[in-house]
Amino acid sequence: MSKGNNKSVMKIENLQAKIGDKQILKGLNLELEAGKVHAIMGPNGAGKSTLSKAIVGHYDIEILGGDITYKDKSILEMEAEERALEGIFLSFQHPVEIPGVNNAYFLRTALNAKLKHQGKDELNAAEFLRLMKGHLEMLGMKSDMISRSLNEGFSGGEKKRNEILQMLTLEPEVIILDEIDSGLDIDALRAVSEGINKMKDGKRTFLVITHYSRILDYIEPDYIHVLKDGKVIKTAGPELVPYLEEHGYDGIEED
Amino acid sequence: MANEGLDKAVSGEYALGFEIDIETDIIEPGLDADTLAFISKKKEEPEWMLELRIKALKKWETMTEPHWAHLDYEPIDYQSISYYAAPKEMIDSLDEVDPKILEAYEKLGISLDEQKQLAGVKVAVDAVVDSVSVKTTYSAELEKHGVIFCSISEAIRDYPELIKKYMFSVVPMADNYFAALNSAVFTDGTFVYIPKGVRCPMELSTYFRINATNTGQFERTLIIADEGSYVSYNEGCSAPTRDEHQLHAAVVELIILKDAEIKYSTIQNWYPGDETGKGGIYNFVTKRAICEGENAKVSWTQVETGSAITWKYPSCILKGDNSVGEFYSVAVTTLAQQADTGTKMIHIGKNTKSTIISKGISAMKGQNTYRGLVKINASAVGARNYSECDSLLIGSECGAHTFPYLESKDTQGQIEHEATTSKISDEQLFYLRQRGITEEDAVSMIVHGFCKQVFSQLPMEYAVEAKALLELTLEGSVG
Repeated sequence: MSKGNNKSVMKIENLQAKIGDKQILKGLNLELEAGKVHAIMGPNGAGKSTLSKAIVGHYDIEILGGDITYKDKSILEMEAEERALEGIFLSFQHPVEIPGVNNAYFLRTALNAKLKHQGKDELNAAEFLRLMKGHLEMLGMKSDMISRSLNEGFSGGEKKRNEILQMLTLEPEVIILDEIDSGLDIDALRAVSEGINKMKDGKRTFLVITHYSRILDYIEPDYIHVLKDGKVIKTAGPELVPYLEEHGYDGIEED
Repeated sequence: MANEGLDKAVSGEYALGFEIDIETDIIEPGLDADTLAFISKKKEEPEWMLELRIKALKKWETMTEPHWAHLDYEPIDYQSISYYAAPKEMIDSLDEVDPKILEAYEKLGISLDEQKQLAGVKVAVDAVVDSVSVKTTYSAELEKHGVIFCSISEAIRDYPELIKKYMFSVVPMADNYFAALNSAVFTDGTFVYIPKGVRCPMELSTYFRINATNTGQFERTLIIADEGSYVSYNEGCSAPTRDEHQLHAAVVELIILKDAEIKYSTIQNWYPGDETGKGGIYNFVTKRAICEGENAKVSWTQVETGSAITWKYPSCILKGDNSVGEFYSVAVTTLAQQADTGTKMIHIGKNTKSTIISKGISAMKGQNTYRGLVKINASAVGARNYSECDSLLIGSECGAHTFPYLESKDTQGQIEHEATTSKISDEQLFYLRQRGITEEDAVSMIVHGFCKQVFSQLPMEYAVEAKALLELTLEGSVG
């Protein structure tokens, strides 16, 4: 995909990483083109979630070698919150519940941390609620969702919508969606996809990590990367999806 | 994960450790009948009070210090403590308070100047320094409503009938070792009487300050809510940073008559000592309320962040039919602090109801124990209790322990108990950090969420204080 005139926003080079004693990423190379939708597909255990965790600086991951650069700077030494403030967002596969922490309070704290980081004015409660109203409607979320405790007692679908609500609010530049479609019924999938598509503006970059191709019917990818055994073994256009549907990952030949 | 970061985040510096630079009248350490005579004389007490003190001392001398609590501390030498210390009075004006004390209270965020308080948020304050009450505000205004709000020493002189009737009626003189000690040597504390049908027009409060070295503080508080009355009372406390331990052994008695209600809130912020366990207050307190009449209600809310050792079980005797007892507690132990705290709910009357919400937070080497008793007598037909005891661990060196005791003689009684222990999980912290929130803010957010049920019970201005205090205790004031 290295077409010379397209700008890459993130570059992962020869990344090797382990979780516990097990090396998962074994020299992974990936370049994310700004403004495009990249889908990462691959069998279970290929290292898809490990890749997303490595990008956001999760403590589980130990980097053994290689580099991740974001806007031409290495981010490996950056704290997780710094990476977030710089515009990298992960929609979690399993969002945690945090009892007693009001969802709106949490979101406003996060948004204001980001605005402050950008040297902008923080939002007061009224301005924030106005912003929320539109997002909630679009995602088909009840307005009481933001006055409840963060993810506590949320259904699987509600948790995923809440991830998208955070994404819409924080307006990140690189968005990693880790199995966003898992556990979603068709209505939730549609609402979530609509939220994601709304964020597509030609500048934001998406990394859609998925095991199934279902989500790709809703969010059209520009590139498909096949991840196997800790490496990207193939990069192609969306035409690869039906082939994968039919033949699975075994028949893929390395580039 | 980042254990160092967490430790830094939870080893907040004690902000109130300053010393008030005043001259102090202090007696020689030691405890015998002469000590009691000295205290009694200083307080200008009637003879009968001294006799009661001596009786208490005799009982105390036959008792032994209890060690059933999950606490580990060096033995207390009761003869090395000085039992009376008071700021020297200024010679020229008897009614005036030393400006240095006023200044110190301002620093603690408490105004003793009635004129200076903002309109609409009047809070009457009894200010106690070491063994004496230095000032009680709004007494005159409260008197117009028939409310008595004064120091216990004054009450002994001015309202002997109420004292004779109610003191020792809820916490008997020899109830336990520390209560017996207090009964002998108690110095100051607050007395409140709310007459029939009166809703106390403002929040009442007492602020206890230990200032002198080598002393203990032994205050006694007595609050009586007559039929159909209501009062919200709040207490706070703090002490200078010192290397040696200081003993605080208080007794609080609450009497709630028919249809009356007392809401009693505590923000305990005694000096906690350092991370090696050096210094800090030993806090051994007996607090008990009796709902004497029908439909009486008492609610204890406590936020315990200070002290090296806390031994405290604010309890409710639910004697009147349909009476209600509540206990809401947040206890934080960080550094090398140890707390053994909880409540006793004694159901005697019919359809009595009690609620226990206890939240223990442990960090660093802190040890936190919940110990609670729910007792339902055979007479308490239709009694109900709900208990919830949650512990939150921050880091891996701290501990949380839960000892719930249940005794039910009424087979119809409903007792519900829920207990959880959770760690601030790495996943929770990471989730918040991935949204751009710093680790310190993330810890504080999770802890506040955990305490929400209890904080919501505090009067507004104290809830704000409690939140800020928790932040100081757990977040570290080092920038």
